[in-house]
This record gives sequence, structure tokens and C-alpha cells, in this order.
Amino acid sequence: MTATTSELRQPASARGATLPSARRLLLWTGMAVLLAWVLVPIYFVALGAFGGRLGVFRWPKTIFPADFSVASMMQFLAIEGVLNALINSLIAAGLTVLFSVLLGAPAGYALARYSFRGQNAYRLLVLLTRAFPLAILALPLTVSFIRLGLYDTPFGVSLIHTVLALPFAALVTQSLFMGIPREYEEAAWVFGCTRFQAFLKVVLPLALPGLAATAIFAFVISWNEVFAASILTVRERTLTAYLLRILAESPLHYRFAGGFILIIPSVLFIFAVRKYLFAVWGIASK
Amino acid sequence: MPARTSWIPYALIAPSVVFLGAFFLIPLVQTIWLSFSAGDELSLANYERMVNDLNFSLAVRNTFLLTLVVVPVQVVLALAMATMVSKLEKGRDIALWILTIPLGISDLAAGLAWLALLQNTGYLNSALYALGLIPGPVGWLSQETPWSLFFAIAAAEVWRATAIVLVILIAGLQLIPKEFSEAAEIFGARPWTRFRRITLPLLKPSLQSALILRTVLAFEVFAVVYALGGRNFPVLAGEAYTWQNENQNYGVAAAYAVLIMAISLAATAVYLRVLRTRPEQLP
Repeated sequence: MTATTSELRQPASARGATLPSARRLLLWTGMAVLLAWVLVPIYFVALGAFGGRLGVFRWPKTIFPADFSVASMMQFLAIEGVLNALINSLIAAGLTVLFSVLLGAPAGYALARYSFRGQNAYRLLVLLTRAFPLAILALPLTVSFIRLGLYDTPFGVSLIHTVLALPFAALVTQSLFMGIPREYEEAAWVFGCTRFQAFLKVVLPLALPGLAATAIFAFVISWNEVFAASILTVRERTLTAYLLRILAESPLHYRFAGGFILIIPSVLFIFAVRKYLFAVWGIASK
Repeated sequence: MPARTSWIPYALIAPSVVFLGAFFLIPLVQTIWLSFSAGDELSLANYERMVNDLNFSLAVRNTFLLTLVVVPVQVVLALAMATMVSKLEKGRDIALWILTIPLGISDLAAGLAWLALLQNTGYLNSALYALGLIPGPVGWLSQETPWSLFFAIAAAEVWRATAIVLVILIAGLQLIPKEFSEAAEIFGARPWTRFRRITLPLLKPSLQSALILRTVLAFEVFAVVYALGGRNFPVLAGEAYTWQNENQNYGVAAAYAVLIMAISLAATAVYLRVLRTRPEQLP
């Protein structure tokens, strides 16, 4: 889990220093185009979110914020149901983090530290989830969720989101624990710790940053999920489900405000886990 | 690894096995069951209704078309991004951060971001107007302009989901020993040859996972389509949603779900077969 982005492809960068200036210009131009390709739509939806009704219908538009005001965003948040949906999204994502780490990390630890019969069957089960469009599985759950009283609750939504995040959490924590030498643990046993104490005092502190990255991914998976959340809620909608519902009838600037709120956590979280991104996905995609 | 097996690993995996059983395997069986049942007996009625629906062939065509266009573009674009980033002398970390931001953005938000760009009084039209190419606001996302709507959805999908391909490919590139490429360089291989004969074959396992992940998700495409085109562009997952939520017909919705799963499994099987790597070819 130590690979950072800066270690990437060192020899190429050494050669880069000798690139002829025409090729370097080409490289920087291409890079600028790619960065603009990513950033420009985010910038425009932000302008739409803070521009209000006036900004949306201004014609022709300038690329500078002409109608920027926080008031229009506040107006969106004050609409009945928006704040509730935001809170529901946070609850569902929080529960997803909790469940996927609590269920996934022990499994990852078992896979990393023990060899046992059925190990491969378990791996297969986890990998099998990859080949299925998981959110679609929310369809038949509607009936049983109504019966169990889980329908239309953030808790019910978080259960499906945990199915999405759990395999990921198990695989990532497996390699996380494999990276921590078992000798450390054995030393703690020698000093009289029980297995559980050794885990808490020795392994857990070392694994914490990787676990945090896993948790953040689980959060983002739940925060962004649209299909299952829309199927399983009616009044207690998550933010994505709420936005999907009002898509047809709400004015454009409200839609942009909703889109912008959906984007913010992603940008911050990707920044927070950027060091782990490549290590984590390298593992999870195996 | 300890020599003897104890009960501990089983206790550790048991909760997640129970959970996946309850919320993955059982719903999976339920979906298949639901799709084949009408009333109390087994029948193909749901499938008949699905196939005879006006939107069905459109949804199949649109979903396949979108997947066939979007997935290859994403792989090529991600390879280009990875190559360019690796050549940067400075600012590589921030470039990578920006390129991977869309990784955390939902398809719904991606659709809304592109809506801001492409709506009638949006920024694309403003730019075209400033260049004198159009006289006033033009609609790109209506039923009358199916092709521009298609390209808008494809662009939003490429914008959003190239990042995940990029991350998987970079993680794969890190595993390839640089000595291989350096050796080839000493023997006079040009950059393109090195890329084609060394990097690409060694990248096959990563390409495989990226393709499986992206293709499965592409057949599920839904919210980005709704955000940009509403009902004007039927796709399979959108039809499943409509039958479930608007028509309250769970049977036909399940039939759509089974169809999507069958297509996803078939695509996964094809990738596993076509891109399989023999163990001795691994880096």
C-alpha cells in the first residue's frame, strides 16, 4: 500500500527531460486539453448551481460567473425534501461504510492470515459479484423489504449499497493485512497479548490509513448510487433518488444545484485518497 | 500460513457470507424466478410482454450502441492519458488527481454537468453563437435530434467513467518491470513498437479487468441518460426502472433485469476467454 503516484514510471520521466521542445509543447497542449475536458463541465455545473434562474436563461452566456450568488443555492436547499434527502444520503452512506468495513475487514483478515478449506469458494463468491449488475438486484427486494419494514428507509438502501461495497472492502483489506508482517503480531502474543488484543494494538494502527481509504470508497459508492436507491424509497429518498424523481419537473437551476452538491464530496474524497487510489484499485481489479 | 486450520477464519468470513447470501444470491434467484412466473405458474409471459413492448428493440439497440462506442473510446483515452502523464516532468500528482476526479462522480451528476453545457441556452450553444455558426439557441437533446442526443450521452459517459479505466491501467503499468522496455530500447525498438509488443501484452490482465468492469456498468447505464434526455432515449436499465416504478409490473422489470444480467455474464465470459493470460506471461 505504499505505492504513490510519484513513483510511477520513473525512466519515462528521466527521458522526458530530453524531449525536444516541439514534442514538449505538444505534450503540454494535450495535457491541458485533457485537464480542461475533465474540469470544464464541473465548472459549468457550478455556474449553473449558483447562477439561479437568471443565469440559466441568460443568452448568450459568458464563461465568467455573471450571476453568481449563494442565495440561489440556499433557495435550493430550502425546498421541501432536499435537506431531508441530503440527510438520508449521509445516513445511507455512513451505514454502508460501517457495514462494509465491519463485514469486509474480518473476511480480508481471514484471507490474508489463514489458509482454510473453502477459501477459493469464498473468493469466487466475491468475484462473482463483479460480473453482475448489482443494483438491478434491488428489484425483487422491494416486496420483501415492504414486508420487513425496511422499504423506504436509509437503512434498507444501505444494505444494497453494502453488497456493492463489501467485495471491494474484502479484497482491499486482504492485501492491506498481507502487507503487515505477521511477525509483529506473533511478537505481541509472546508478550502475553491475546489474538484479539494483538490485532487491536499492533495490526489495527498500521492498517488504519488503508482502512480509511476503503471506508471513503464505500462512502462514495453509496453516495453516488442511483438505481437501487430510487427503487427502494418513496418518501425517505436519498439525494440521488430525489434528484432523479424531480428531474422532469424541476427548473434547470435546481437540477444544477443538485448536481453540484453531488459532485463536491467526490472531488474532496478523491483528493483525500489520491495516494491510495492506484494501490487500492490495482488490488480490487485483480 | 499456519499448518492447521482452526475455526477462526470461518468465524471471520461467516458474517459476510451470510450477508452476500441474503442480499446477493437470494435476490438473484428471486429475480430469475419472478421473471419466469405469471400468477402461480411458470411461463414466458413476462418475456413476451417485454419483447413486444414498443421501446424494447430501441432499448436493446441504444444500450449496445452506447456500449460499443463508449467502452473502446474510454480504453484508448485512458491509455493516452496514462502515457502522457508518465511523460510529465512535473505536476504529475496534480494532473493525476484532476484526471481521476470523475471517478467519484455519479452518473446522475455527470448527466447534469453535461446538461449545463448542452442545454438550449447552454455553453456549447453560446460558443457556437459567438463563432457565428448558429443564429440562436438550438436544441440538441430532444427526440427530433436522436444522434446529437446519443453523442451527448456518450460524451458524458466517456467523461465520467474513463477515470476508472485510467486508474486500473496505471495500477497495472506499475507492475510491469521497466527493464523490459529498457532492454527493447537498447535493441533499437521504437516507442510505438515497445508499446505494442511489450507494454500492451503485459497490460492484458489489467485491460481485462477494466473491460469487464466497464462493460458490465455500461449495460446498466441509466441515470446519465435520464438526466440528459429523459425518456427520449430508452435503455435497458431505464426500461426496468419504468416497469417497476411507473407501471408497477415487477415481472416485466425482472425480465429486463435477467436480460441485463445475461448480457453482462456473456460479455464477461468473452473477455475472460479472449484476453486470457497464461501464467508464464505474467510480469
